[in-house]
Amino acid sequence: MSNAPVDHGRRRFLTIATSVVGGVGAIGAAVPFVASWMPSEKAKQAGAAVSADISKLEPGQLIRVEWRGKPVWIVKRPQAMLDELATHEDKLRDPESEVEQQPAYAQNRHRSKKPEIFVAVGICTHLGCSPTYIINDFAAQVEGVKSGFFCPCHGSKFDMAGRVFQSVPAPKNLQIPPYMFIDDNTIVIGEDEGTV
Amino acid sequence: MFKNLMSWIEYRLPFMDKMNLHVMQYPAPKNFNFWYFFGSLAMLVLVNQILTGIWLTMNYVPSAEGAFASVEYIMRDVDYGWLLRYMHSTGASAFFVVVYLHMLRGMMYGSYQKPRELLWIFGMLIFLVLMAEAFMGYLLPWGQMSFWGAQVIIGIFGTIPFIGEDLTLWIRGDYVISGATLNRFFALHVIALPLVLVILVFLHIMALHEVGSNNPDGIEIKKDNDGTVEQTEADKKFTFHQYFTRGGKKVIVDAIPFHPYYTVKDLLGVAGFLLIFAWVIFFFPEGGGYFLEAPNFEPANALKTPAHIAPVWYFTPFYAILRAIPHPFMGAVAMFAAIVALALLPWLDRGKVRSIRYRSGLHTANLINFCISFVALGVLGVLPAEGVYTLLAQIFSFTYFGFFILLWFYSKNEKTKPLPIRLT
Repeated sequence: MSNAPVDHGRRRFLTIATSVVGGVGAIGAAVPFVASWMPSEKAKQAGAAVSADISKLEPGQLIRVEWRGKPVWIVKRPQAMLDELATHEDKLRDPESEVEQQPAYAQNRHRSKKPEIFVAVGICTHLGCSPTYIINDFAAQVEGVKSGFFCPCHGSKFDMAGRVFQSVPAPKNLQIPPYMFIDDNTIVIGEDEGTV
Repeated sequence: MFKNLMSWIEYRLPFMDKMNLHVMQYPAPKNFNFWYFFGSLAMLVLVNQILTGIWLTMNYVPSAEGAFASVEYIMRDVDYGWLLRYMHSTGASAFFVVVYLHMLRGMMYGSYQKPRELLWIFGMLIFLVLMAEAFMGYLLPWGQMSFWGAQVIIGIFGTIPFIGEDLTLWIRGDYVISGATLNRFFALHVIALPLVLVILVFLHIMALHEVGSNNPDGIEIKKDNDGTVEQTEADKKFTFHQYFTRGGKKVIVDAIPFHPYYTVKDLLGVAGFLLIFAWVIFFFPEGGGYFLEAPNFEPANALKTPAHIAPVWYFTPFYAILRAIPHPFMGAVAMFAAIVALALLPWLDRGKVRSIRYRSGLHTANLINFCISFVALGVLGVLPAEGVYTLLAQIFSFTYFGFFILLWFYSKNEKTKPLPIRLT
């Protein structure tokens, strides 16, 4: 032990410098632990786009396609259903689809590229349950509306363009995934002309 | 020979001294009633969970493909596997029963008040970790309710503005709840959180023994040694560790050593608890659908939501608050605030008198209001969120938070009864 007087300023500087360098090291060391929680390459691969054949879709029929593990609905809406969309817009939370829940090409009344083909992620925007498709008896949920989607978890209601009704827990319209038509019979979900 | 060995050890690790400090010569107030069972019972349940949990991992397969089948395998093919699993699943519910009663005890007798704030904070941290532990454990059987319950809870993080979406992606490790989520929840459930839990329990007890146990009268048993304190014959009968008298600065009155007096008393609590616990395990293991929910006997299916999703009973009071608020993010904030408010109790209660025995009638009424609100929210959290139930959940959320707000206002100048000098 030397008997040299303690240089407090120097000691403080060294303490702080060591702490800072150590802290940076700790943050660096935390990176792999935090980053390893992100989806793996395999999971990303499994999240790639899927295609579906819509040639056999009957009017009013709903088919489910799994994309990224979520149910994606494809519904062929008859003209009556499309006409109905204009009749209850005063009861909707976001009739103009102003909240960004869809690609730009689906920001219209029917929320789709082709008016008759409706594509949406079948997951309630409240807390992630999958709503039920009610084709004829939706009037029990919303007066004067023939068909729609009803979420059994917390009672959210959506019309046939996935637009949410007022005074239900779900805050937003159903999400429309990016999609494109390869030809008249094939639809690709998860990719569109913009992302390819 | 044995004595020599003991003193050889004692010199290198003061084991007996620490045992005396925390067990044999720990002064505990002599008037503990049955409410004081629940601390030791919580420890018992923790040991039960750790032990049965370790044994369950020996046959459980943590993967999306194997999890559900391996739980069925444990239930049907492993000798006594059903018992180990029911002990673990019933233990989870028992843990919350015991912890909720333990917390209520603290609220009744003001055990969170100065100088026991840190003790209370550690308790609240234990409660938080316990909730995370229970939530992650519930995903592991990979049944329908495991999957969709987790979907809802992880969805709560998704309501956070701006970072919500990315945060849920990070928590799940996939675009949906998948094997990746299951495996990380398994790792956290069996290693990380139990470690944290055990450390927090240790800190909770260390903090307790530093400030000493409160009691139903809410007065201190360690009096300042200013010459006015008279010890009775009974007080002089026991030797307590010298640490507690702070070198003669304190005089201990109305205390008995933790061992054998409270170890024996707690044994009675343990016997009573095990009676009920065993009855549930053997005759009622699903708890009428509240401990193990019916949809969980179906494997997880991402494309099919059960008709009605309700969390396990111990989360329902907070879940009801979440749903009572129409805005998802504000609902999540309110739910979190309901827990934070409890943690802030030592500062929201500005009173100096601890025990409900000597506080105002208003305080008793307010505490009853809290209990009713909590139980009512618990019931509403199981029911579907429709019509009058939503309204009731909003009313009881209001009265739940009302407890804390009222308490803050009246506790400053509360009309209390005179405190006794010695324990009654």
